[in-house]
Amino acid sequence: MFKIIDAHFLAPGIKRFVIEAPRIARKQKPGQFVILRIYEEGERIPITIENSDPVKGTISIVVQSAGKTTRLLNSLETGDSIQDVVGPLGKPSEIEKFGTVVVIGGGVGTAMAYPSAAAFKRAGNRVISIIGGRTKELVILEKELREVSDAVLITTDDGSYADKGFVTDKLRQLIQNGTPIDLVLAIGPIVMMKAVAEVTRKDNIRTVVSLNPIMIDGTGMCGGCRVLIDGKSEFACVDGPEFDAHRVNFEVLVQRNAMYREPEQKSLAEFERVMLEKQKAREGADDEAGQCAIAQGGQK
Amino acid sequence: MSPTPTKSLNPLSPKERIKVPRQLMPEQPPCERNKNFSEVNLGFDAELARQEALRCLECAKPTCTDNCPVGVDVKKFVQLIVAGDFLAAAAKMREANVLPAITGRVCPQEDQCEGSCLLAKKVKPLGIGYLERFIADYEQRVGIQLPPKPTPTGKKVAIVGSGPSGLTVAGDLIQKGHQVRVFEALHDLGGVLVYGIPEFRLPKQIVREQLDVMGKMGVEFETDVVVGRTVTIDELMNEEGYDAVYIGTGAGLPQFMGIPGEHLNGVYSANEFLTRINLMKAYKFPQYDEPMLDLHGKDVAVIGGGNTALDSIRSALRLGAHKAYVIYRRSDAEMPARAEEVHHAKEEGIDFQMLTAPVEFLDNGKGWLTGARCVRMELGEPDASGRRRPVPVKGSEFDLPLSVAIMAIGTTANPIVQSTTPGLGTDKRGYIVADPDKQRTTRKGVFAGGDIVTGAATVILAMGAGRRAAASIHEYLTTGDW
Repeated sequence: MFKIIDAHFLAPGIKRFVIEAPRIARKQKPGQFVILRIYEEGERIPITIENSDPVKGTISIVVQSAGKTTRLLNSLETGDSIQDVVGPLGKPSEIEKFGTVVVIGGGVGTAMAYPSAAAFKRAGNRVISIIGGRTKELVILEKELREVSDAVLITTDDGSYADKGFVTDKLRQLIQNGTPIDLVLAIGPIVMMKAVAEVTRKDNIRTVVSLNPIMIDGTGMCGGCRVLIDGKSEFACVDGPEFDAHRVNFEVLVQRNAMYREPEQKSLAEFERVMLEKQKAREGADDEAGQCAIAQGGQK
Repeated sequence: MSPTPTKSLNPLSPKERIKVPRQLMPEQPPCERNKNFSEVNLGFDAELARQEALRCLECAKPTCTDNCPVGVDVKKFVQLIVAGDFLAAAAKMREANVLPAITGRVCPQEDQCEGSCLLAKKVKPLGIGYLERFIADYEQRVGIQLPPKPTPTGKKVAIVGSGPSGLTVAGDLIQKGHQVRVFEALHDLGGVLVYGIPEFRLPKQIVREQLDVMGKMGVEFETDVVVGRTVTIDELMNEEGYDAVYIGTGAGLPQFMGIPGEHLNGVYSANEFLTRINLMKAYKFPQYDEPMLDLHGKDVAVIGGGNTALDSIRSALRLGAHKAYVIYRRSDAEMPARAEEVHHAKEEGIDFQMLTAPVEFLDNGKGWLTGARCVRMELGEPDASGRRRPVPVKGSEFDLPLSVAIMAIGTTANPIVQSTTPGLGTDKRGYIVADPDKQRTTRKGVFAGGDIVTGAATVILAMGAGRRAAASIHEYLTTGDW
């Protein structure tokens, strides 16, 4: 069992957990991930490690509610436990002095991009961070990124904060302004990473993306996480999760990630039904308690 | 424990023994078992076991033991069954084999002990596997007699991987008084015994019971540790004080054929397909959260002819598949699967498409598998493996409609330990180099065995490597000689 030391929401549906995992904390490097399983009947899901504290023996992860497992995870609080956390998995990001590095984070991907941005800065790079979200509340870790970046550029899809538009607009502007870019790291939704790859492809700017295919063991056994790289199968858990964006077949990634959409939706609907019932039962109990209190002359 | 009989208690003459027919294994009827995950073989009772044991010719120089990768003293344990002392038989077994309930179920006996049985020259060989399983199950039922606790040596051994080879090393070394800790990457112990081999061939309860025995003998287990990532071999030896390490990380990444359409939704590797079912219980979705494609009424094929292929397709059949095919490019004679599994699979209604290979997977234009374009083969000259090379027959292409295809054509070496352990020698395919006698790697104090050394093989061969490794680890720890 892995104890949750701290849990709080960064934005609606996006929660950060600090988890006691001393072995993982000692070894984690930017770009690596853990696989976790919340309880006995749970599925194994990969989640990028945001940060770690080897002295305290803790790691942090940032989770966005999407399906049943992430919703269940985001219902956990400080003091709760997660049954299994294994890692750090995958190859660490290649961190060296490249020159100017543009780090792009989309939505919750910002949490995964942040440790790499910090590491690039420590390695002596000029770091320009571009972060974006659908709306103001979903732009996360701005303050943290400012501390490790030479510049932070922000976009929101709806214009509710900073500039209206997409992270790729900012990237395009940088290129058009003649900013020399030696490396782009993009982490976020697949559509965003694909769009970034298209922007940098024609200028042949080295671009790295962190892929999130369906995964089970995460240790190079099952082969479920295979991705098409230059037309050949590679495995995100041992060959990645970071790949050269210009060699990735994003269409196949989107297609394979949709493989279980039907059961996933079924599972989520069932989960929501159960949660709603529980909530109703709780409210019912509260009502009854209230009725009781009134009957007893309002002493409470 | 009663003393081992010094002479035979078998009342039958050799001629009479040959006349006793090989006792049949009671099994679930094919039409029932192909719809459930309960064990196919139901096991001998004491009467059947004694009847079968009476057939043993008690050879002066038994070849069965020579042909057993872990060197089980077959003659002795069978004599003890004849004598009716089943617990003594089980204790005899444990000296050489710490997982008899497992090997009694999954060993390819026809290639090993039973394959060399003298009886087989005239009649059917002695049912050694059935007898082994009987005494292991009997002992489990009446309560396992743990061997006496040895004097602690003060030496610590780390074992990487809780599959058959790692468990064998653990079981042997704990009996020598060493402190043993097994590190497992997954959340559950047993390696391929839990993620790979299905319930109907090896119930997980059996694996848990054997692990429980190990625990009672003093073996420590730690799950959720990927050695090479969570902790390195060097850290185990230098910081955590282990005097020796055994690497038994098992089979690696699945191979694919490199034909068009392998990335389609509906194409699984056997490892993934079996892991979803066995480890993650995806067939119990939504009670369990891990999903898998619904196979009810679907046409499913496995590509390959080994035990993994048969485990996959027989699982698919049990999960409601309408048609279940084995597509294998050679003929029956070359199939590497256990004879009993092939026999069981045919009884259950699996359609064997021999001398056939897919050349392309077909799709519906939206990324989902709809079938396989296959070609018929004929056997040509022998290849490097000594088996006749399959050659495509011109113009024999045909399309087989499929919803799910499972690739079971082998694995490659898992790179994690090798790439994080400086000085650990590997061969050109990436497998760890270990000498075949003592399982020593190129790093002092580090031993390796099982699939990570040989490439994909069998449970018992991995256990054989584990047994050799345990002996040589013990020698190294007591003498310091490398």
